[in-house]
Amino acid sequence: MLIDTVLFYIFAAMVLSGAIFTITRRSAVHSAISLICSLLGVAGLFLLQRAEFLFAVQIVLYVGGIMVLFLFVIMLVNLDLAAKARQFNRAWAVGIAAVAVVGAEMAWFLYRGRAAFHIAENGGAGLGSAAAGNTEMIADSLFSEYLLPFEIASVLLLVAVVGSVVMAKKRI
Amino acid sequence: MYPVTTIHYLALSAALLLIGTVGVLTRRNIVIILMSIELILNAVNINLVAFSHALSNINGQVFAIFVITDAVAEAAVGLGILIALFRNKETVQADEIDLLKW
Repeated sequence: MLIDTVLFYIFAAMVLSGAIFTITRRSAVHSAISLICSLLGVAGLFLLQRAEFLFAVQIVLYVGGIMVLFLFVIMLVNLDLAAKARQFNRAWAVGIAAVAVVGAEMAWFLYRGRAAFHIAENGGAGLGSAAAGNTEMIADSLFSEYLLPFEIASVLLLVAVVGSVVMAKKRI
Repeated sequence: MYPVTTIHYLALSAALLLIGTVGVLTRRNIVIILMSIELILNAVNINLVAFSHALSNINGQVFAIFVITDAVAEAAVGLGILIALFRNKETVQADEIDLLKW
């Protein structure tokens, strides 16, 4: 139990520090590297919650796919000028309002403690005790209960592929 | 030392959502705005998996897969738009693209 707690705080520190560096760095490449650190922390949190399939998907798809795409675009688009310019726009009022709302929520949680959230507490031994593995359970649910959304997701990906090619191509 | 419960994950998810929102609202560079959107979607995923673990229900993880699918589609199309924009306007600053503004 202790090792779980320690690992949670390590991964949480990775996630939050990576996220803060992502939105504050001047260079887009540094932001991308910090975002990779943050995404790896999220993958670790998935593993802590025994979601092994999502852990693998997170690393292969996010870190291996989306971040490589981001780095490609950063290299393709000339960002030198943007790195020298002013980094933040003047939307401080909106930013402070967002911070205040979430800050109030966190303060309420800290004030009331865990008892305020008893509905979400762990009722049983969790998913890991079932006979089937995590990947098998996800596949069962995905291909029976969520078959139609699964097919719609494939159409969505097809549209995204065609759309991004059309956008990025010089002449169609 | 307290054991880690669902509310720890929810607090972390709220903090990550906050950081992503502030990034979307205050940064000028479009690439970093897109990265902040990825942060927001990851916060949603942490939330879904935490509830899936707490309620011993696999549906949350299936939803997280759909969220990841959307994130991939959004990143691909968004970066395609960014390349087209840079070719036409030679800028990646969000507040310099004000063609529809009065």
